Amino acid sequence: MIVDDLSRRELAERLSDGGLRLRTGPVVNRIQSRLPSVLDGIALHYADHVVEDRGAFADFHVRIAPPTNARRWIAPQVRFLFDGASPFLPLPANQAFAMLEWGLNWCVSSHCHQFLIVHSASVAKAGQALLLPGHPGSGKSTLCAGLVSRGWRLLSDELTLLELATGRVVPLPRPISLKNASIDAVRRFAPEARLSAVVHDTAKGSVAHMKPPTESVHQAADTAQARWIVFPQYQSAAPARLHPLSRARTFIHLADHAFNYDVHGRKGFELLAQVVSDADCFAFEYGVLREATALFDHLASRA
Amino acid sequence: MRRHGTDPVVIALRSPATVVAWSLSQWETLIRDARRANLLSRVALTIAEAGLLPRVPQAPRAHLEAARTLAQAQADSVRREVAYIDRALAATGIPIVLLKGAAYLLAGLPAARGRLFSDIDILVPRTALANVEGTLMLHGWQTSKTDPYDQRYYRRWMHELPPLKHNSRQTILDVHHAILPTTARLKPDSRKLLAAARPLTGEPRLRVLAPTDMVLHSATHLFCNEDVGNNLRDLVDVDSLLRSFAQEGTFWPELTSRAVELGLARPLYYALRYAVQILGTPVPRGVLGAAESGRPLYVTRSLMDALFLRSLQTEGADQRLASIARGSLYVRAHWLRMPPLLLVQHLAVKALRGESGGAE
Repeated sequence: MIVDDLSRRELAERLSDGGLRLRTGPVVNRIQSRLPSVLDGIALHYADHVVEDRGAFADFHVRIAPPTNARRWIAPQVRFLFDGASPFLPLPANQAFAMLEWGLNWCVSSHCHQFLIVHSASVAKAGQALLLPGHPGSGKSTLCAGLVSRGWRLLSDELTLLELATGRVVPLPRPISLKNASIDAVRRFAPEARLSAVVHDTAKGSVAHMKPPTESVHQAADTAQARWIVFPQYQSAAPARLHPLSRARTFIHLADHAFNYDVHGRKGFELLAQVVSDADCFAFEYGVLREATALFDHLASRA
Repeated sequence: MRRHGTDPVVIALRSPATVVAWSLSQWETLIRDARRANLLSRVALTIAEAGLLPRVPQAPRAHLEAARTLAQAQADSVRREVAYIDRALAATGIPIVLLKGAAYLLAGLPAARGRLFSDIDILVPRTALANVEGTLMLHGWQTSKTDPYDQRYYRRWMHELPPLKHNSRQTILDVHHAILPTTARLKPDSRKLLAAARPLTGEPRLRVLAPTDMVLHSATHLFCNEDVGNNLRDLVDVDSLLRSFAQEGTFWPELTSRAVELGLARPLYYALRYAVQILGTPVPRGVLGAAESGRPLYVTRSLMDALFLRSLQTEGADQRLASIARGSLYVRAHWLRMPPLLLVQHLAVKALRGESGGAE
């Protein structure tokens, strides 16, 4: 069963009673919330995702709920609760769905040490993965949204999971988080993309999410081989250009972008070295999304 | 109230063979409860060491493996950090006594297996505090509490300096001069603890508390600390230490007499009581009898039983009661640590700043 198979009422019942057991890649999240904005967000963005039955093992138990203090009457807020505790400060109520997304990222990045986790978008073509690690503002999510709108498969927008035994990328296809100017850039580039309403004044500025492509969600169980590692940098009006990057430098940057490199010690070092040595590595600057996607299509066609 | 015989975390620690046959929903409860109690890595190692990991269903096994990896990384990093501390303080010639997790780890005790660390604790003579703090600052540690109230609170009333944070490694170091606050009703003499501390093999400047004192410190931590969310973890520490030291011939008789000498008979009484009741720790009957000297009045003990046993619960319909029990123990811990007027003042400051219980 997928989320789309549930009526709005059935979805609301699951979210408010025992919880919705939502599979995202290798993990199952049990989500509870009575907030309509959370329901809307899940109905839109997770329409194609599998709903596990009540007996299935849930990895993470999360809840999005208003705090119980008096503030709720003046400036409503929401909290993200993980196993009943709240690891973050509350946010304004209109950011409820964004908070769920950030919270689910946190669940994976701080617990799933069965993977080496890199702060990177990743997409794939014909089983070959393109990793796009980048700091916030580097344009990685914009590029990721652009590529998946042109036939690339979404592996992950935020957390690239590397399987410890093989170094292969384990897909975690979830909504793509777009910020500020990139929201309109993606709307212009891919008018057919399903975007949520924009939420203004978050810690990251204005935020909207883009629904992951249906086929990417269907193929969530198929791992991919890291073929290209590309560090993007958006620069207004810059022509799209790849600059070869040495493997040593790529290794350092990639380790720098890993959430749990320190947790894996020697094994993490060896795994990252293997991934880097099997991939082509570049720095990349771009100013126009169309040029950027054309360049990567060309790169993939030669592979 | 759920009986502890049915608490999933306790079952997993006491008889790991039982849990491999569990249903996925039982596993779900175990993983959540163990994580909440800071015992997931311990559970993972217990199951792994019994050779049972391959029989655990794949979904929960991923969590156990992740927790095991994390514990290993933390143990490695604590060893590294202890070496840095040792090197930084070498020139002072002051002997450094490691406390709690770091002590268990460096002493090679099974209590360190799968134990997670949030900081490193050391004990130094009170007279050496200024020298130790100054030297650590030269090597990159700096105070992490910049609020004047916090600074005064620690320096006047507490048994430790405000936590020090290393400016490049971001690690936290607690420098203690006693194992209980200056204001606490119980006042174990730090000089006695330091005098009995034992050197670590291969580490000329590092020491750990004597076995009896290590157990008593752990017991004290369990029953006088406001960090009540870690109660079961602390009890597991006590249990594991007792099992390790039980083999040493004079340990048991020394334990009860040392408790009296240090004025810690009450915490020892409680620690033994709950370790035996909950974790089945093999404590000789004679020792339990001797520890009765620390036994409180019947009413007090019944109240503690109700609060403590409930505070250990992590799941189920009684969660609200467990939370009330933890809240009561939090206030009780402060009560034991401070005279009433100071307590009121301290909790008022914390309340005005919007901090919640246990945030210290």
